[in-house]
Amino acid sequence: MNPKRKQRLFLVMFIVIGVSVAVGLTMFALSQNINLFYSPKQIAAGEAPIDTRIRAGGMVVDGSVKRDQESLTVYFDMTDYESTVTVEFTGILPDLFREGQGIVAQGKMDAQGVFQAVEVLAKHDENYMPPEVADALEAAGKMPTPEAEVFNK
Amino acid sequence: MAEKKSWLPRWFYQLASPRWCYEFMGRLLPWFGVGTLFLLVAGTLWSLVYAPADYQQGNSFRIIYIHVPAAILAQSCYMLMAIAGAIGLIWKMKVADMVAKSCAPIGATIAILALATGAIWGKPTWGAWWVWDARLTSMLVLLFLYLGVIALHSAMESDTTASQATSVLALVGLVNIPIIKYSVDWWNTLHQPATFTLTEKPAMPTEMWLPLLVMVIGFYCFFAVSLMLRVRNEILRRERRASWVRALLDKV
Repeated sequence: MNPKRKQRLFLVMFIVIGVSVAVGLTMFALSQNINLFYSPKQIAAGEAPIDTRIRAGGMVVDGSVKRDQESLTVYFDMTDYESTVTVEFTGILPDLFREGQGIVAQGKMDAQGVFQAVEVLAKHDENYMPPEVADALEAAGKMPTPEAEVFNK
Repeated sequence: MAEKKSWLPRWFYQLASPRWCYEFMGRLLPWFGVGTLFLLVAGTLWSLVYAPADYQQGNSFRIIYIHVPAAILAQSCYMLMAIAGAIGLIWKMKVADMVAKSCAPIGATIAILALATGAIWGKPTWGAWWVWDARLTSMLVLLFLYLGVIALHSAMESDTTASQATSVLALVGLVNIPIIKYSVDWWNTLHQPATFTLTEKPAMPTEMWLPLLVMVIGFYCFFAVSLMLRVRNEILRRERRASWVRALLDKV
């Protein structure tokens, strides 16, 4: 490779590496802001701002969903296997919402420590499978469940 | 003067010849054309009719067979564009510049396809068309990078200057590719982790990922076909004063 080309090669490498380092440091500094949601653990630790619109994500606890008979209000607990947050939501839940499902809710923490959600989104994982397989796994008690690290990064 | 032996293989220098490339791509095109047609038709039928539905999402899961190949291809296409741009910068290879230029519109289209299918999939499953999470946002940035490359190239009169400028832009934007890939691992996102990885067996059963693999390869073949068509046109346009192009055009 002649010196001229070598010089240009170094220039190209300098651009790529320089930009990567710069962006990497920025991302590292902003990492908390890039997270889409707070986990129940972070909320329990007081990392999430109070009275500000935030998103919280976790798993719907089995058997915790209570529906109000007169209105569309739903109460449920959301966990990351370390802490649990109670969520109150009025409105239509996504089709995928069910117990044991990962969700991301947008709303505010109120004074009682209940998360007042205005929007609930369902979070699914990459374990796609046909219904028969799901039934078989369910019967064998081997259904893959989202791990805590899905919500705590 | 005796030529110093180069450490680069001969085909690398052959690629530098627009005429050789034009003829070589002309020979490859029918094969890739047939491959694309076969793989995409077979893959579409297999994924839409024969592959099983998902236990949670039902049939809406089937959009994965368009969404995932499009998303993978949009990123690969960007990497090709940046690498071709770097080769163009370092070796001053005209063909590399033409490849880089031709990648941009194809990549932009595929990125739009990935974003659109993602939104259509997001509505019934997540409950939202769009969420500003790290994966979706970095993918949108990828689309803007493609559009920026296209705009920058067409804003400049001279092909050489335009190629240099767009190559630098493409190289700067290259940092976005690992961000897209690892966004779901680094941060809390609504988007699920990767469906396909090179190192691990996919989490889905074979009857689901095999048609997906067929679709991914089909998309790559489709990309190869459209890229070669574009590069061949670009070669003819830029080499229009060369005698072999004139001879070729006289025949038509």
